[in-house]
Amino acid sequence: MTVNILAFGIAKEILGNRMNSMPFITGLSVEGLKGELEQRYPRLQELTSFMIAVNGEYAGAGIVIKPGDEIAIIPPVSGG
Amino acid sequence: MIDVAIFSTPLNISPCIDWVMSPESGGIDVFIGTVRNVTKGKKVVQLEFEAYEMMALSEMKKIAGDILMRWPVHKILIHHRTGVLNTGDIPVVIAVSAAHRDAAFEACRYAIDTLKQTVPIWKKEVFEDGEVWVAAHP
Repeated sequence: MTVNILAFGIAKEILGNRMNSMPFITGLSVEGLKGELEQRYPRLQELTSFMIAVNGEYAGAGIVIKPGDEIAIIPPVSGG
Repeated sequence: MIDVAIFSTPLNISPCIDWVMSPESGGIDVFIGTVRNVTKGKKVVQLEFEAYEMMALSEMKKIAGDILMRWPVHKILIHHRTGVLNTGDIPVVIAVSAAHRDAAFEACRYAIDTLKQTVPIWKKEVFEDGEVWVAAHP
C-alpha cells in the first residue's frame, strides 16, 4: 500500500514531482512522516520550515496518517 | 457575503469593487497587490505563482469567515492569481465593504496579512541570473 504526497513550490523541486508516493506505514504520525521525508529528501532540512497538510488542513504533529489521506508538503507560503 | 477565488487569468479590479458595493455600505476598502520590478536591488524579470488550490480556497474562506465574525463588514472578496506574472500585473485583490471605514480598513489589513501567513500559495521570483522561491530558505 502507498500514500500519495503532493509537493508544492520548492518542495516540488526537491521531490521532483507534484505527485509522489511513499509506502504506507501503519500508525505513522505527521511528525514521523516529516522525519521519513527528511531522510528520503535531505534538502527538505535546508528549508526555513515545512508543514504537512492532511486532506487540505494543516495537520498537527500527532495526527496519524490513514490510507487514502491526501497528504501535502507545505513549504513556507509566499502568496499575496 | 464572501467571494473567494483563484484565477489563472488576469484579475479585473472593477468587477471586484462592484461586487462588494451595497446600499448599506458607507465605505469600501481595496487592497491590490502588484508585481514590483525590484527585490533587494535585483531586477525581477517575472513572478510565478503556484497554489494548492483546494486548500488555498478553504484557507481563504476561513479568513473571510473570521472577518465576518470579528468586524461589522458587509461583503468580503479575495481573488488571487496563479501562473506567470510580469511587472505591474496583479497577483491579489481584496475588497471589503462596511458601514464605516474603521471596520473596512482593519478587515482588509487582516485579510492580506493573514493570507500571506496561512494560504498555501507560493511565489517564485525570476531574476536575470537565476530564480528563488520566496521565503523557502533562511
